[in-house]
Amino acid sequence: MAKLIQSLANGLNLGSIYALTALGYTMVYGIIRMINFAHGDFIMVGGFTLFYLIPIMLKLGLPAWFAVFVAIIVCVFVGVMTEQIAYKPVRGQGSTTALITALGMSLVLENGALVLFGSAPRNVPPMFSLSEVKLGSITIPGTTVLTLVIGIVVMVLLTLFIKYTKLGKAMRAVPEDKIASTLVGINVNRIITITFAIGSGLAAVASMMYTTSYVSIKNELGITLGLKAFVAAVLGGIGSVPGAMIGGLLLGIIEILVKVYMLPGTYEAVTYLLLILVLLIKPTGLMGKKVSEKV
Amino acid sequence: MPKKIKKSYIVSFIAVVLGFLLLCLLFDTGLLGKKSAYFNGLLVVGMFYTIIVCSLNLLTGYMGEFSLGHAGFMSIGAYASAIVTTLIANQAELPGVVLYIIAILVGGIAAGIIGVLVGIPALRLSGDYLCIVTVAVAEIVRVVLSNFGIPAVTGTATFGKSFAGIQKVSDYHYVYITMVLCIVVMYCYIRSRYGRALISIREDRIAATASGINVTRTKVLTFTISAFFAGVAGAIYAHYITTLVPTYFNFSKSSEFLAIVILGGSGSLTGSIVAAPILSALPQLISYVVPSFASYRMLIYAVILVVVMIFKPTGLFGGKEFSLYGLLEKISGRKKDKKEG
Amino acid sequence: MTEEKTPVLETKSLGIQFGGLKAVNDVNMQIYPGELVGLIGPNGAGKTTIFNLITGIYQPTSGSYFLGGKRMNGLKTHQVVEAGIARTFQNIRLFKKMTVLDNVRVAFNKDMKANLFQSIFRTPYFWKEEEETTKKAMELLKLFKLEEFADQHAENLPYGKQRLLEIARALATDMKLLLLDEPAAGMNPVETAELKESIKMLREKFQIPILLIEHDMSLVMSICERIYVLNFGEILATGTPDEIASNKEVIEAYLGKEDDDEGSEA
Repeated sequence: MAKLIQSLANGLNLGSIYALTALGYTMVYGIIRMINFAHGDFIMVGGFTLFYLIPIMLKLGLPAWFAVFVAIIVCVFVGVMTEQIAYKPVRGQGSTTALITALGMSLVLENGALVLFGSAPRNVPPMFSLSEVKLGSITIPGTTVLTLVIGIVVMVLLTLFIKYTKLGKAMRAVPEDKIASTLVGINVNRIITITFAIGSGLAAVASMMYTTSYVSIKNELGITLGLKAFVAAVLGGIGSVPGAMIGGLLLGIIEILVKVYMLPGTYEAVTYLLLILVLLIKPTGLMGKKVSEKV
Repeated sequence: MPKKIKKSYIVSFIAVVLGFLLLCLLFDTGLLGKKSAYFNGLLVVGMFYTIIVCSLNLLTGYMGEFSLGHAGFMSIGAYASAIVTTLIANQAELPGVVLYIIAILVGGIAAGIIGVLVGIPALRLSGDYLCIVTVAVAEIVRVVLSNFGIPAVTGTATFGKSFAGIQKVSDYHYVYITMVLCIVVMYCYIRSRYGRALISIREDRIAATASGINVTRTKVLTFTISAFFAGVAGAIYAHYITTLVPTYFNFSKSSEFLAIVILGGSGSLTGSIVAAPILSALPQLISYVVPSFASYRMLIYAVILVVVMIFKPTGLFGGKEFSLYGLLEKISGRKKDKKEG
Repeated sequence: MTEEKTPVLETKSLGIQFGGLKAVNDVNMQIYPGELVGLIGPNGAGKTTIFNLITGIYQPTSGSYFLGGKRMNGLKTHQVVEAGIARTFQNIRLFKKMTVLDNVRVAFNKDMKANLFQSIFRTPYFWKEEEETTKKAMELLKLFKLEEFADQHAENLPYGKQRLLEIARALATDMKLLLLDEPAAGMNPVETAELKESIKMLREKFQIPILLIEHDMSLVMSICERIYVLNFGEILATGTPDEIASNKEVIEAYLGKEDDDEGSEA
């Protein structure tokens, strides 16, 4: 029982990282119908920013977690630049071109990091010194609790933002009908840029959560984490914000449970098998909407 | 057979034979001296890249769907063929060419079978969804290969980490012939009623079914053929490199193949034939001269890929085929013009 | 009407429901050999939906349809085509990046026999069949005066010619019944006149029944022998053009409403 609760906590921890990452995929997909393969790499960028900045922060006598704000700025910058330089010119060139461009940008960031930082894994210094939480015989690391709390807060804030603010409403309107959105006075290009900015900001938060829990980062983090998070987005129904959250949490829990109770080495295979099954049974995911072709 | 086509077939055949003789001259006469072995390696790599890139182009260029999991099919071919040839080599002494033929057939068929099994359910999906399923399949294959060893074959339990001691039978003479055969088969497939049906689906799926095309069957057939050739490429790789590691066949490898297809020109086999050997060998050659170049290789690829997407999304050959016969005709036509003029 | 003949196409209380909406309901139609039947009705009446139902793009949720007495429910589109129903589309659906010739040759595919082996190894049979197919395709193109465009990409054809190419492609499937979905839409008067000639020509040449959806009333009234009027997914009236033109209900539901723009054309 204790083992199960422990695993569930770990699962939620991993799941909230997936969820925040999946949000980035789903928001971009929802608005421009493109798998932004580079999104995972934004997290890698955030990770390396933290790796280099935390010691500097400490030297300056500032709290280590100040580095997170810089990481957010860096990630937003990289995300918006990616959109402006690479994605904007190919918009309207068809999904093929968009897909390849996104893949290309992912490779640019991954291999750019390889050139800059090398391929050896780096350990990000801890940002928080939190005591463990004890519940009877169960001990949960403080960072897990923190990750969970931050994850939930960010998700709630994002949901409120999308539901109630003017900008959030515009973000929901654009995917429905681009032309109509323009007609009612929404600047579609601006909304797309803002979506990228928010998604990249979330990526920075996700990189903080990832590094506090798993410490080690390398240039391939974008692909390994990114692919999983994308799976989470598809599970939940790509394009759906609540879907990404549910998909992410679900995937995290499933992975940890498989790791603990089944063959530990095969949990990744289980993840992908699950993805295939979901796509075959309900291609639109758990919360996605059906889009049918007009004849 | 129409006369013009016959002539162009003859021209192509002569070019293929000349190419073969040129390679023999370079490598078998010791013309390249000490560096011969090194260039030999580049050549074999360039040729199996050509096969797998062409096979991927069948999907991207003609079916209009993406596979980001071709490294997975390649690994199936590599492992299946390696297991079989290792088993055979343990039992009996066979000439290299026989082992080689067995290897490529086993590799191709194994990957082809997986291709059918994946294709039948997965090809109901299309676009991004299908693409992500191919990623998932390749990742599953990789994880499975990393976790389950093949102890019976090698004698020692090599739990997935690496599979060593594979027979080195991928001689470039055989590989060249294999590559030409693979390309010919793919070319003839596209230029037949099957290829027409395939392209019509890419152009408009609903109009294709309304013209009597069985969309599912055509797609599954093409997917299987593509997987088959990816498997053949895998078999060649296995019997050239002699040690297999599952991590070689990762997502980055699949993206690299796709990148080469796009750079060469999606929908142009000649584009792939030109791009694959150049893009696989050129970086190696440069890092041979400038050792630090190796880490820049994929970065430069990636930047070129993005730039090409922005400025010329159709790639080098832009979906058109280069015809040697057509070129000859043009040249001779120009000469005639000059004479007359 | 020749009642004793069996109809080529018959629908028996055919219908489809999308969610709660009955897009097509209780449609009974018969089309007899050699007939040219019009299917008219206001926008959104469900005309194209009926085409989609009888070509297997949608599956009916009620009723059934028969081709030459054979029940067709549940067949996929390509099977429907094999059984003998060919169609064109309201918003032209050509294979844009294929040549005009290949657009037609694709439609011969289902009757071609060269297997994978023969095709890949270029056996004499393969060449013979390719040659025959090309010849047949060129003959069809000639009928519509498209032969000079054979090597061009379909997307480069002028609009009216694209419509004709779609009809040529449909004919290549060797059908028993042809469905034309607004073939005159977007055509100028010259093109429409050409189309009218083409339809007359293909009736004489192929002797096949045609079901025609069309908004151009002058065209419908002048060439159709019989007309079905559809309104809100149900058959409102059926009869000869004269009967329909004088049918009060039809005028009210359809002509009456759009009297100004449709009437002036007619």
